[in-house]
Amino acid sequence: MTEHAFDLECIDVSRQFGSVRAVDNVSLSIPRGSFFSILGPSGCGKTTLMRMIAGFENPDHGDIRIKGKSVLKAAPNKRNVKMVFQHLALFPMMNVHDNIAYGLRCAGVPAAEITRKVQDVLERVALPDVAKRDIQQLSGGQKQRIAIARCMVLDPDVLLLDEPLGALDLKLREAMKIELKLLQHQFNTTFVYITHDQSEALVMSDQVAVMNQGRFEQVGTPQMLYQQPETAFVAGFVGDANLWHGKVESLTEQGAVLRTVAGTALRARLAGLQPCRVGDKVNIYTRPEFMSVLPSSGEASNNVGMGGTAGAENLLEGRVDSVLFNGANSRLLIRTAEQALVEADVTLTGGSDDIRPGEAVKLQWSMQQTVCFPDSAAQAN
Amino acid sequence: MGSDIRKLSLLLLFLPFSLWILLLIILPHVGMVVLSLKEKVAPRVYEFGFGNYIDFFMEPIYWNTLIRTGLMSLLVTFLALLIGFPVAYYIAKLAGNRTKGMLFMLCLIPLWVSDLIRAFGWILLLRESGIISSFLLSSGLIDTPIEFLYTDATVIMGLVYTVMLFMIVPLVSTLDGMDNAMIEAGYNLGGNGFTVLRRIIIPYAMPGIVSGCIVVFMMTAGSYLTPILMGGKNSSWFTEQIYDQFISRYNWESGAAFGFLLLAFTSVVVWLGLKLSGQTLSSTVAKS
Repeated sequence: MTEHAFDLECIDVSRQFGSVRAVDNVSLSIPRGSFFSILGPSGCGKTTLMRMIAGFENPDHGDIRIKGKSVLKAAPNKRNVKMVFQHLALFPMMNVHDNIAYGLRCAGVPAAEITRKVQDVLERVALPDVAKRDIQQLSGGQKQRIAIARCMVLDPDVLLLDEPLGALDLKLREAMKIELKLLQHQFNTTFVYITHDQSEALVMSDQVAVMNQGRFEQVGTPQMLYQQPETAFVAGFVGDANLWHGKVESLTEQGAVLRTVAGTALRARLAGLQPCRVGDKVNIYTRPEFMSVLPSSGEASNNVGMGGTAGAENLLEGRVDSVLFNGANSRLLIRTAEQALVEADVTLTGGSDDIRPGEAVKLQWSMQQTVCFPDSAAQAN
Repeated sequence: MGSDIRKLSLLLLFLPFSLWILLLIILPHVGMVVLSLKEKVAPRVYEFGFGNYIDFFMEPIYWNTLIRTGLMSLLVTFLALLIGFPVAYYIAKLAGNRTKGMLFMLCLIPLWVSDLIRAFGWILLLRESGIISSFLLSSGLIDTPIEFLYTDATVIMGLVYTVMLFMIVPLVSTLDGMDNAMIEAGYNLGGNGFTVLRRIIIPYAMPGIVSGCIVVFMMTAGSYLTPILMGGKNSSWFTEQIYDQFISRYNWESGAAFGFLLLAFTSVVVWLGLKLSGQTLSSTVAKS
């Protein structure tokens, strides 16, 4: 058993289309029974990677192994990797039962067992009564579940899901996120989920790989990606972030002292993979929810300066430009001396002490919640 | 007032259509029915009766010709489907966007030439003194010229060639609407090429297949020029019998009856085909 600890492994997989490297030396290994997401903007190569795993494309070099065995020589219909397509690709000319039975019939399973297995899988996706229905009679969420059932009835080693929630409306998408996670637990099969929607990836996954321009930028748990981004791309792509451009002034044990283009001093933690040197041009990131907003006239003006209290080393002053009300996730847009809008999350209670547009405010946040990366555009020059 | 205008515009819009239906379809056919039910009892004396229809069933050569026409039309339809399906599949699914348009044009080009000219083209190729025969003769493969014309095979070949486009067009339009992911899903779930074709592609293309077959069958059974020119007197196509009754024998009553029998016969065949394939007219011809 230990030799197959990984259900799916990709080793230095590359694929070139003309002059474009769609997938560039990607390696991954997914432990048994986990929910693995590949997150990236459209055109980053994630679909190509998935099609190579399913066998619809062949890598130019590298190896793909399922349960430790290379599948490069296996045709798509010989791999025990099933795929839920972006638009599900249910067969409209068959009813639900026949859609699910299709794979079993291809495998030559006897008729009595097919009926039993189909009923069984329908119960597991909580749709026991739809076997005789046409595909057109199902709702979006039901179709989704039938598409998963159609794959899971074949007991695959790995289930690939290619942005299957993309076509659903927002409410249903939220519900299906949770449902997918539950289904994955229930079937205890390795799911590889492809998406450009970071919230889908963060909510459902055990591990997320952030992909950009054919490469993996960072692989880790959702928490790690969110709290400790290793590259500028991850910091900018996963979650929301405020961005400043600046220069490194000095480096200390705890972190870096930076000066933004407009001259404000900021402090940041040093990020792992892309170290900065003094004088480097850098991009500085902070998430809106880590900023605390205080009224300018308030009492919190004590000793924020070069020493700074722990947890509030950074300070900016500005004026509230607008309030984006969204219940508990309300957000302020604050215009600072930088002439850039800074986003900060607040909870608006509807009371008289709520912050209103036009008010002068102070923003405080910790250097631990601030990361800086060398400006890759400046580096290239 | 407003509704009056709407009624009037609706009426005016429908006028050309209803005139066309009435004057060119209903009226002539009613005339033919009336004509076909007239029995000739003496010169210029007619009586109402089914004599013309009874004559058809009493004379084996008539209904044999009709059955033969029907069977050969079915064969032509089947061959057109067999050849047209891979072509349509290639155009719809495998060719790139630019080649797709070009291939479609290539299929259309034969239509720019009239049936008559195309049939004479075949005659130039296939007759005893034609290009193929003389080529084989001069290359020493045969000693005496061969007459390729006036056989059933020639008629069938000519008909398949004539109707091919009408098979390809509905097939391309149905297959075009098929998501490639569906074919990939077919493979992904464990099907081989044959299973995917039989269980997914053909059932999906069924509306196009049926509507192409109906059009092709009707066109073939009702064609006149190709069987006559390429099959000569031996072709014994049913339309030839109708022509004979009207023109050679000047027996319009019998010709009208034959015309109706052909219509009834082909309609029954189409109806049977729809029943057997589990399709309806509205799901096939009306769709493509």
